[in-house]
This record gives sequence, structure tokens and C-alpha cells, in this order.
Amino acid sequence: MLNQKKMLVVSHPPFIHMGSTISKKTYNIFIVALIATLPGLYRYGAPAVGVVSLAVSSAIIWEYLMNMANKRPVSVGDGNAALIGLLFAMMLPATSPWWFVVVGTFVAVVIGKEIFGGMGANPFNPALIGMAILMVSWRNYFDFDAALANYTFETIKVYPMTAMKNVGPEAVSTINACDLLMGNLLKLQIGGIGATCGLFLIIGGIYLIIRNFIRWEISVSFLAGILITAYIFNCYDPAKYGSPVIHLLSGYTLLGAFFLATDDSSSPVYFIPMLIFGAGCGILTVLIRNVGMYADGVVLAILFMNLANPIIDKIRPKAIGKVD
Amino acid sequence: MIKKSIIGLIRPKVEYEMVGPTTPGAQAISAPMNVTLLVDIPLENRNALLIKAGEKVKEGQKLTVSKESDVYVISTVTGEITAINPFTGDRGKEYTAIDIKAGGDEIDDTFSAFKSKPALDNAINFLECVPGKPDLKRLNDPDRPIKKIVVAGMDPDLLVAAKQYAVRYSCIPIKKGIEILKKITGINDVVLAVPPSLERDAHTEMIDTVAVSTKYPSAIPRMIVKDVLGQEIQAGVKLEDMGICFISAESIAAMGDAYKDGKIPNRKLVTIINKDLTKTVVSAVIGTPVGNILAALDITTNDQDRIIAGGPMRGSAVYAGDYPIQPDTDAIMIQDKADIPNVSDSACINCGECIRTCPVNVPVNLLVRFLEAGEYEEAADDYDLYSCVECGLCSFVCTAEMPIFQFIRLAKHELVRIQEEEAEAEAAAEAAEAAEAEQLEAEENA
Repeated sequence: MLNQKKMLVVSHPPFIHMGSTISKKTYNIFIVALIATLPGLYRYGAPAVGVVSLAVSSAIIWEYLMNMANKRPVSVGDGNAALIGLLFAMMLPATSPWWFVVVGTFVAVVIGKEIFGGMGANPFNPALIGMAILMVSWRNYFDFDAALANYTFETIKVYPMTAMKNVGPEAVSTINACDLLMGNLLKLQIGGIGATCGLFLIIGGIYLIIRNFIRWEISVSFLAGILITAYIFNCYDPAKYGSPVIHLLSGYTLLGAFFLATDDSSSPVYFIPMLIFGAGCGILTVLIRNVGMYADGVVLAILFMNLANPIIDKIRPKAIGKVD
Repeated sequence: MIKKSIIGLIRPKVEYEMVGPTTPGAQAISAPMNVTLLVDIPLENRNALLIKAGEKVKEGQKLTVSKESDVYVISTVTGEITAINPFTGDRGKEYTAIDIKAGGDEIDDTFSAFKSKPALDNAINFLECVPGKPDLKRLNDPDRPIKKIVVAGMDPDLLVAAKQYAVRYSCIPIKKGIEILKKITGINDVVLAVPPSLERDAHTEMIDTVAVSTKYPSAIPRMIVKDVLGQEIQAGVKLEDMGICFISAESIAAMGDAYKDGKIPNRKLVTIINKDLTKTVVSAVIGTPVGNILAALDITTNDQDRIIAGGPMRGSAVYAGDYPIQPDTDAIMIQDKADIPNVSDSACINCGECIRTCPVNVPVNLLVRFLEAGEYEEAADDYDLYSCVECGLCSFVCTAEMPIFQFIRLAKHELVRIQEEEAEAEAAAEAAEAAEAEQLEAEENA
């Protein structure tokens, strides 16, 4: 017979695939996040480059070591560890000491992700786990004003979050939204290495949404939650609480909305749960900033909503044909 | 078939391709020298076979292999049986394969006695192996009566066009077949489900039709019942148990022809999907090896290519180029080794693509975790395993490239096996108990 001796490939249906892969997804997010970090690297110079490089490389090494320890296939190629490292570095002050970075990525990759079973199994955003533990353990290193004291800045001389917390909105009244948005290229907003160039974060986020790498529902409801809650506070007492625009464009808000809250495994997948999740992150962020003890609430707000994610994601349409 | 935008927010459109008025007719493949017919029972005892190698058979002759079973095939050629072998098909299903070497042109005339005398019993006796393989026995089950027959004029899988072809080119036999079917079964509720592009062809012949959307997977029977007939489907309840039976338009046309000519049709329409996804519809004698058809169409296959019986979403890959065309083989797809997508063993990353694409709202992201762990019963009870209509879209969109669809099929297969085993064990326990009681009674009497 014609084809009898040919060795055919036999496998199961479907025999075609849309073409999306994990690595395509993570590499895209990684590159977008890296571009959004460039202005920070440019302004903060070599120390920032050092922190970012160390965070990315140490995250990859931690993952590799965990793969070895668990006798699992090496998974650093999917780019997720590198992405965790980068997102973690984006939140750090440029002057963070090396051990601080390495401990942070250890917590992020090993405790935040690998012990739960690797990518897809982590109940919390790994980079945020790293951040939260460092924030609790070494709070002083997150005093951006002190950390960046040796830099000379042109306009925005204070970390808006701390200034609002300690002094009140009049401390940031000189900052205009345009500076926050554009600022980092020309002037500077004090903050995490990658968290302060609003414009690049927004453009990157929109790109990721358009390409369907992140879910727009989460980002949009996050930002809406921030704006609405901050607006209510601001209306209640403008002298005490900052304007919604400041809340939107400073601190980790944009980083959180586009890169942190949208982590696949720790966020919901259904439409209504995604809206609740995003809005919850936004509301909690403003609550922590305005009422709580931390200057910026994004980290803890998202972690808290990660915790609620399995319950929220139970709100799902009934499967067709389901018999109760 | 698939229109994918660079803008990922716009969901990829997975659509059926339509057979239109300009589509050329089916290309006839010449009758092969050797055919292989598959009888739907495992080959257990060679000595008890009712037919032997070396026996002469005629086209249209009914062949049964075992005394215990009335499963039969109709010989599609006249010639001599050369071999009878066991054959393993998709998912380990066992058949008895009868190889026949063609020679001669006599035709068996047993069926011609029933020409123009259609009845359900002679249909069941002779027409179960016509192209499309209609489940006629199902229409004759007094315990679970069928109330509605849907004639499928659209193939459930992508790129496959055999049923659409039958509607496009055989409207008159279909009309006749439907009339016969109504007469012999007494079921008057018969509709033809066709894509909108073929509705006019059917209407000119005054056939009752319903239009099926062109968006995949709306031509899968359960989806037709839900969306087109507007009936509620229940997870785990078969359509037959709801009183609805699906029969291929090709079978209906074949039945119409059979009673008109007094001869059982032996040619099957097969969509051949080439490596570049171009389609050719051919008509081939049932039992023709796939290799013959590919040779006739000048399609070459190489090592590590894939030959699929059926379409790209729901077909089954075959082991060899001599796989015979079956009465229900609607398509043969050839896939180049470069086009075979990767399948990975990564875990679910919870991206939610499957959730947004599932046509029946199965919580695939949760379901797959239970299936991976082999927790099939929990998957069936709490995570809607039985709601799945087996369209394959979840695997198609999976970012982690998981074989989700295969997990689902495996789970359903395993659950059936587990239930059978449990039933057997229960029966054995009951039998043992009865025997013990009998023994006790005997002892007491003594």
C-alpha cells in the first residue's frame, strides 16, 4: 500500500491551535514593563540599572534552583521568573542595597510562587508577596524621600504618597498632573524605579490590553475604583484628602492596575468577578492611603483581593444543562 | 475557517465554511482493487466465524461474522475475501476487519426484493451501513421512543463538507428519504438542519428546514437542539433519551436512493482537506484505503505527517495510510509535520481564555485541575464535565497548550469504564450472595 510504511504522527484532537503560548505572553509583558522602566533607569542612573538587573537575574536563579531542588523540568524559559524579578524591581527605590533585592526575589519566587507549585498555582502575586514581606520587615528602606536624598530633582521633590500622608494634600498641590504623567522623562516624580513614568505605563498597559495579554476588565475597574473612592474622599474633605488625579498618577497605582493586579493565576477569570476584583483593589488602595497606616496601599490592596479571589470567582454563569 | 485579528481583544472568529451554489460536484474516485470493511464487533473466536477467507462475495451482500451478534456490513464490491483480522480503531475500539479483493460485477439481489416496499425492519436489516451510518435500530426502541428526527445537513466539524454536499446535490433523494422515513417510523416531526446558504436549495424541494448559524460549534447536535430547536439540554442526558434522533442528510439520501433503485448505495462523500487546508470533496467506495484517494488526488504524505479521519477539531488521527473509508468518515485531513501544533504538559495558568470561549459555560479552568489529578467523579459532580459538548475550542485557545479536550474525553471514557466495573462487581456480589443463600437452604433441608 502507498503509505503503509510511513510513520504517521498520531495524537488527539483538536489538531489545530490558535498559536498563543505562555512564553509569548510573558515575553510581551516583560518587554512592555522594561520599556516603562527605561525613563526611571535614565533618571536614576547606574544604581537603578543595578537593582533591575540584579532582581531579574536573581529571580531567574532562584527559580532555577527551585526547579533543581524539586526535580522539576527547568521552567525559567517561560519568562515568568524574569517578569516577577522585573516587576519587583520596578517597585523598589533605586538605592536599594543588593541583599535587599536578593532577599526580595527569594521571597517572591520561592515563597510567592514555587512552593505553591509554580506558575499558575500561586494564589498571590509573587512580586507583591516579596514586596509585602520587605515592607513589613525593613520599612525604612521604603522611605523614598530618604532613599533618594542624594539625587537633585527639578520639580517634584517629594514622594507624593508620603507627603500626602504626613503633611496633607497641600504638600502636593504644586505638582500638576502633567508632571506626574510625563514627568519622568524631563523632570521626576519620586517613587519606585519603574512606577513613576505614568505615560509609559499607560501606553504599555493599553498595548497589553489590545493584544489580549491582560484582561481589560481588571485594569479599568481598578482605575475606576481608585478615581471614584478618591473623589468621594476629596469631596468630603479636600484639605485632608488628595485629589483623584494625584491618586491615579502617583505611587504604584498604574503599575498595579496594568501589571500587578492582572497576574493570571491570582485574579478571577469571569466578567463580574473581574470587575469586583479590580474595583476592590482600587477602593482598598485609596482606603489604605487615606485611612490606613501605609503611605501606598496598592501592594496590600491587591494581596487582599488575591486572598478573596477564589470566593469572588465563584460568581459564574451556570453551565448549560447543569442539573441542580 | 479561522479569522484572527492582530488585536487580541477581538475574539478569533471560528466559522464553518459554506458550500455555495458555485461549489463543484464531488470527484468520483475509481473503485479500488482491495477494500477493507470494518464490522463493529471485536474478533474473538476465529473458528466461529460465519465467513472465511477465500469465500466469494457480491456487491450488496450482507456479511455477518458471528452467530451471537446481528451486527453486519454490506459488501461494497464483488470479489473474494482475502483475510479477516482484528482491527483497533480510535480510543482502542475493536473491530473485525474483512479484506476483499475486487473482481467481477455481479450484484447481490436480496435487497431488490424490497424495492419500493420500505419498512422499518428491512431498513434495519440492510441499510445500517449506508453512507452516513444511520442509527436505525434506535428508531425502533419502544422503551425510549423517538419523537423528533433532525436530518443533519451540516457537518459538526470545521472544514468538513460531506453533509452540506449531500444537501446541495441530493435534495430530491433527501426529500424521498424523508418521506420514506416518516412512513416507516410513523414519526412525522422531521426537520432538515442546514446552513443559511443551503436553505434555498432545500426550500425548492419543499423540505422543512431549520437554519443553523455558521459560527463554530453551532452544528454540533446538542448545540442545534439548544439554539435552533430551542429545547433545554440536560448534562449527561443523551439526545436520544430526550426523544431526538440525528441522522445524516447523506444517509437519508442513500435511503431514498436505495428504495428507488433496489440497490444499496456504496459510495461515501468524503471531504479531503489537503496540507494547505484546500478542500476537495470526493465520492469513494466504502472500504477504499485512504492511500488510494490521496494517490488519485496527487497528495503526498511523508514521515511524521498526520492523517486525520474527520475534521481538525473533533477527528481522530489514524495509524496508517491504508485506513479504510468508513460509512461515517466524513473527512480525511492531511497535516504536514511542520503544522502539527505543540502540546505541553504545563499546568493551567488561569488565563481564562477557555472560559471566554466555551459555548456552554463549563468552568474549564477549574475542571481541568480535577481532570489532571484523575478526580473524575468530582469533576462530573461539581465542575460540569457532562455539560461539555466536545467542540475542542478550549484546547484550541489554551495559552498553556494543554490537551484539555483530551482530558475531558479521557475522563468521560474512564467514568463509563468505572461505572461498568462497578455494575459488574455489584452483579457478581449479588450472584455470590444468592449462591450462598441457596447453599444454606440446601444444608438446612438436608
